[in-house]
Amino acid sequence: MRHVVAGADEIAPGERKIVAVAGRSIGVFNVGGEYFALRNRCPHQGGALCEGQLWGVLQSERPGQFDYQPSREILSCPWHGWEFHLRTGQSWCAPDKLRVNRYAVAKVAGADLVPGDDPQDDAGAPAPGMVKGPYTAETYPVERDGAYLVVELPTGERPARVVATGSRSPASATLPGNSSASP
Amino acid sequence: MSPTMTAPAPALDAREAATPYPAVAERAAPARPAIIDCDLHNEIDSLKDLYPYLSQRWRDHLDAFGVRTPNSGYYPRFMDHREDARPPSGRSSGSDVEFTRQHFLDPYHVAYAVLQPAVLANTALDLELGAALARACNDWQVAEWLDRDERLRASIMIASEDPVAAAAEVRRCARDGRFVQVLFKGRLQEPMGRRKYWPIYEACAEEGLHVASHAFGAYGHPITGAGHASYYIEDHLSPAQSVQANITSLVMEGVFDRFGIKLISIENAFAWAPSLMWRLDAAWKLLKAEVPHVTRKPSEIVAGHVYITTQPIEEPPRPSDFSRLLDHFGAMADHLLMASDYPHWDSDNPDIVLPHTLPEELKTRIRYDNAAALYGF
Amino acid sequence: MLDGTGVEAAIASCLYAVDSVHHPDVAAALAGAVNDWLSSEWLQPEPRLRGSVVVPIRIPALAVAEIDRVAGRPGFVQVLIPARTEHPLGSRLFHPLWECIERHGLVAGIHFGGSPVTPPTPTGWPSYFIEVYADMAGVFATQLTSMIVEGVFDAFPKLRVAFLESGFTWLPAHLWRMDKEWKNLRRLVPWVKRPPSEYVREHVRLAIQPLDAPPEPGPLLDVVAQLGGDHMLLYASDYPHLHAADPEPALLAHLPRALQVKVRSENARGLYRL
Repeated sequence: MRHVVAGADEIAPGERKIVAVAGRSIGVFNVGGEYFALRNRCPHQGGALCEGQLWGVLQSERPGQFDYQPSREILSCPWHGWEFHLRTGQSWCAPDKLRVNRYAVAKVAGADLVPGDDPQDDAGAPAPGMVKGPYTAETYPVERDGAYLVVELPTGERPARVVATGSRSPASATLPGNSSASP
Repeated sequence: MSPTMTAPAPALDAREAATPYPAVAERAAPARPAIIDCDLHNEIDSLKDLYPYLSQRWRDHLDAFGVRTPNSGYYPRFMDHREDARPPSGRSSGSDVEFTRQHFLDPYHVAYAVLQPAVLANTALDLELGAALARACNDWQVAEWLDRDERLRASIMIASEDPVAAAAEVRRCARDGRFVQVLFKGRLQEPMGRRKYWPIYEACAEEGLHVASHAFGAYGHPITGAGHASYYIEDHLSPAQSVQANITSLVMEGVFDRFGIKLISIENAFAWAPSLMWRLDAAWKLLKAEVPHVTRKPSEIVAGHVYITTQPIEEPPRPSDFSRLLDHFGAMADHLLMASDYPHWDSDNPDIVLPHTLPEELKTRIRYDNAAALYGF
Repeated sequence: MLDGTGVEAAIASCLYAVDSVHHPDVAAALAGAVNDWLSSEWLQPEPRLRGSVVVPIRIPALAVAEIDRVAGRPGFVQVLIPARTEHPLGSRLFHPLWECIERHGLVAGIHFGGSPVTPPTPTGWPSYFIEVYADMAGVFATQLTSMIVEGVFDAFPKLRVAFLESGFTWLPAHLWRMDKEWKNLRRLVPWVKRPPSEYVREHVRLAIQPLDAPPEPGPLLDVVAQLGGDHMLLYASDYPHLHAADPEPALLAHLPRALQVKVRSENARGLYRL
């Protein structure tokens, strides 16, 4: 299922927007014109991952040497600093075992989102919240001559358990805890 | 789907997916279990917060000289407080009681929280200033924290290196029953059992107060038994060693049996405890002639007097090792106390910090019952 | 001792506290004398013995010079380093020492004790020796932390380390803690590329005496399993020193036969290339 989450120019390079989509909190990031979307929940202890700082890739071959690639693609959890790569969702500490869900983001023309049955009626008018076809605009206003960021959620993916800080669901109390980091 | 999408195989999600549950909108209202948080931080935005509780003499002194402490160097770091814990008021994290209430106490269903003030009173080299800061800190805690939320309890700030003044401050504060313990930092001038500190324990025993040993601090010694480390990661790993040295000292100096006090270890981790108890027993079996005043096994003394908070939680690679660790604790599992360390960066989320593999009854004891029994809540 | 217990090889560690001597040249001269004496009066007459090189640890350059002087002599398999040092052993001050030990193919034997001027705990000087005895495990833990976060095993990937008289039941808890902190804070030390426990299991072994064991064998076996491999423990008598537990009934008797063989000889044979 696809969801319109922002205007194409709404998220400047280096910036992000946190959106609610189908009960999930998702962070949409613009990194140098490329867009990435990640689940806003750290798999470690449930921190709002997408509110964390963006870092470059910091590596080293020997003590005292720092190789820093400043392309701010590493998302660092605002709680414990665990690092996740925006491109893959993989964690730094256990890339094969621990990752955060990521979603495809596409830039889509408004004309492709809003049905064009009657062009005269549509011109310049905000589209209704829900649009036909495979797209879901939720609360985001869509115009035919605009351009939009669309996040794709896999069909049938289960809903999120944690939506926003301060209003966590009861189910979160039974989440697998820290032990989930290493099955 | 973009070709860069990840393969759908993360372990966590696989486990989550095995449990069906309703969509967000269909869920019932949150029903978190109540917790007692044994490590909540109340901080000052700056020393100016304490000025209303200090005399003009000390306000002028602080303006001119600040607080001088033993210089133990600095470990650069990039994390300090939880990034989401900054109050909208612009005050520093942990210094805004209203925000702490909204952001933490209310949503996490905190029934009681024990405050650990972060003020430099205990390491001030000028002992008169330390005593004044401790007193001001405690008055500030009453007026701006305890009186503002009935769920709060507090630790008495002391200038621990002046035990006579500290004991007087303990007795002064003890009149307010919302003070439940006396706060020591983890690294002191001398190990905690040394006679220097006995006047404080005497006051605690008389007033029925517990003693807390909170991680970190510095009194000029290197942070390891082998010199000064280089990195904050070492600083952050070392409280387990300080508290073991302090517990060893309290046991071997006979403090626990002499004064009957209880020690609450805060922010020092806890997986070290079984090994410490085994090691102390082995050492005592071999060397008890050196400490004839220690007349029973150290592990029995520890089990009778030491309590340990959960944060920062242990994260063994296999969940079964966590259960095994609690097996090794034996009866000491009833001395584990839930703690968040809110709002610090390494704080734990009370919702999910205890592994889901633990029995619910045990989790309830750690979340609530153990602390309720200890503090009489 | 050697004849009566069927010892195939024994590694002698002469605990001569040259690190308590402030004068660097006296310390170096004393270390050299100990090593010459050990070589000529112990290692040469007794083929079952191997030796540990005593070094003036306070000045790493002098320690390196002493190792270079004696490493080629028959019988030396280890460099003896006190657990308590003035600076943690991972410090870059010591990297030339690790380079030297690795180059000579020796084992770094880090042993209980040491005489720096700093206190044995982060909270000052304890009253009693029994405290120093019990607190030494914490010193070993912080030395392990230091060597890993300072990248010693990244810079010197062939370095082998033996912890002597360290105990070992404290280690699993410390491994969990180090791995956790690496996930949080590895950006401070980006040369540490893997979880610290992996470095420990590759590079570090621990001698079994003195045994910091629980009264029941069950928890002890749990801890042995949590060490993460049958290769971690080395037999040690600590002869002629006295400790509380006899490792035979307290530990070895409870281990599976194959693991007993490894602890009694195979692990040491591999570590020391015997």
